[in-house]
Amino acid sequence: MFEFIINYYNYWVYIGLMMIGFYAMMAKKNLIKKIIGMNIFQSAIIFFYISTSVKKGDITVPILEYTHGGSGAHAVDVMQYANPLPHVLMLTAIVVMVGTLGVALAVAIMIYRRYDTLEENEIIMNIRKGR
Amino acid sequence: MITQAPVLIVVIPLLAAFFCPLIGLWRKGLCYSWVVITLLLCVLASIDTLFAVIRNGTIHYHLGGWLPPFGIEYVIDHLNAMMLIVVSIISLTVAIYSKPTVERELPKKVVYFYTVFLLQVTGFLGIVITGDLFNLYVFLEIASLAGYALIAVGEDGAPLATFRYIVMGTIGACFYLLGIGYIYIATGSLNMADVQQLLPKLYDSKVILTAIAFLLAGLAIKMALFPVHVWLPDAYTKAPSASSALIASLMTKISLYVMIRVLFTVFKPQLSTKLLPVTDIMVWAGFVAICGGAIMALAQTDFKRMLCYIVVAEVGYIVGGVGLANATAMKGAILHILNDAVMTAGLFTVAGIIMYKTGHHDLSDFKGLFKKMPFTMSAFVIGALSIIGVPPTCGFFSKWYLIQGAVIAEHWAFIAALLGSSLINVILFFRIIEIGYVFNVSNTGHVHNGSNTTIIDEAPLSMLIPTVSIAVAIILIGLYNQTILSNIIAYAVPKF
Repeated sequence: MFEFIINYYNYWVYIGLMMIGFYAMMAKKNLIKKIIGMNIFQSAIIFFYISTSVKKGDITVPILEYTHGGSGAHAVDVMQYANPLPHVLMLTAIVVMVGTLGVALAVAIMIYRRYDTLEENEIIMNIRKGR
Repeated sequence: MITQAPVLIVVIPLLAAFFCPLIGLWRKGLCYSWVVITLLLCVLASIDTLFAVIRNGTIHYHLGGWLPPFGIEYVIDHLNAMMLIVVSIISLTVAIYSKPTVERELPKKVVYFYTVFLLQVTGFLGIVITGDLFNLYVFLEIASLAGYALIAVGEDGAPLATFRYIVMGTIGACFYLLGIGYIYIATGSLNMADVQQLLPKLYDSKVILTAIAFLLAGLAIKMALFPVHVWLPDAYTKAPSASSALIASLMTKISLYVMIRVLFTVFKPQLSTKLLPVTDIMVWAGFVAICGGAIMALAQTDFKRMLCYIVVAEVGYIVGGVGLANATAMKGAILHILNDAVMTAGLFTVAGIIMYKTGHHDLSDFKGLFKKMPFTMSAFVIGALSIIGVPPTCGFFSKWYLIQGAVIAEHWAFIAALLGSSLINVILFFRIIEIGYVFNVSNTGHVHNGSNTTIIDEAPLSMLIPTVSIAVAIILIGLYNQTILSNIIAYAVPKF
């Protein structure tokens, strides 16, 4: 059981982070705290992707090892380098997440200008009062 | 036929969106024509693609010449060729329709509205056309982000509704991203066709179970399946008329399309029908959504809000129809995606006209409208009859196939829900028709807060023509449903 937790610790970390973010998004009343929760949630997924591409042991940077004019054509062994694709995917995902964060903050500003508060229950009270 | 047509469908609105603010700097009024011309080109490219697909079968377009498992691939088969037509024609119609309402509701934001409008359409078309799982995520987020912006500029209370939508929508998109992550770990590929080839050996593995659970949970939030629909009614009610006509009719349908893609293209059909009880759960989820949506719709006094709950019920039809997992029900479900997009667009455009003329969209605003705007209201009646499912309109035929499919699957509860919700729709719409006919307002003014005394008459032509043409399309799709079924949808149904 202990082995199971130790060997897969990266997944436990990501699940833990994701749940923290999820809790903040669902339970917090303050809109900015919700946005922070959203960001933690998204970062957890980035950690998940990145951690899946990690390799331990004798990892090299193939592009440096076999430069032009070096030992010539050389088949690069898959076991020698970390999988670059998840990193590339996450670069795109980070861009998307920054976009989401920007839109969410902009909407939060709109709400603050309209109701003078960022607490969800106070906003709803304001709407009920009809102002 | 142009060989580059598939990529042009996405590139044209994307580039046009970049130029839209520049044109707006020069001449504000040109933005509208720019959007209409752009979307017209999109429609032409989609029609060209559809005919190419009907003639030669599935089109594979390799972006940048990179071959499939490594590069991004656009795959257009019969299902997405149909979706492309639906998306591009409805967005063109809404764009033509939008001019007076955008100028009235968002006088200072016309340029930005049209820019984001084009980005929204780019997102929709990209989701539909792509054959790559991660590319789909990116387009899903483009569509969602543009959607948030289009909704947030609406009437009072729209920002809070948008904020809730952002939180829910982000959870949905992140779940989808996690699902792809698990598929990528298991197979090392993101191309849908490639994944379908690689996965069957792994169907017993827990990783695939997790992946399909995350994917479907994420998409359920995006498509507003009943228990997680809470973001939809607020957001779509408070959005500006033009945005709600575009987003309400297309966003949920496109998420449904992605669900069909994931279940039957990324995974093989037998995984969700035989190995895992996915489809059984889906039928019951559809059942709950139909009942919940229909009952909640009864409780509404706001016209747009009522339409939103009808959309929730319609999502239930399609999810349930896919869940019945036989060819007839599947035919009905795909036809219903097409029909529902058209019907919802029709009703939301009517809601926009009423908002434009009376300034509100409550049910009580329908008083005496039949006399004052006969064309708009006849378009409304055709849309209403189609939602109810009265024969010559298209809504009847998809419901007919869904019920037939449910009989084949012997799922009686689903039939009961379908018929029950149709009856509830009768009550919903005849209540409005009664208000429109019976309660005549004697004087010319429709008095709201004592200040608004403008005479309510027929809508401007640029709003009326798109609305009426959608109503005509509802009847035409109904009359020619056999042509659509045998030429397009028959090929889109997976082999169970």
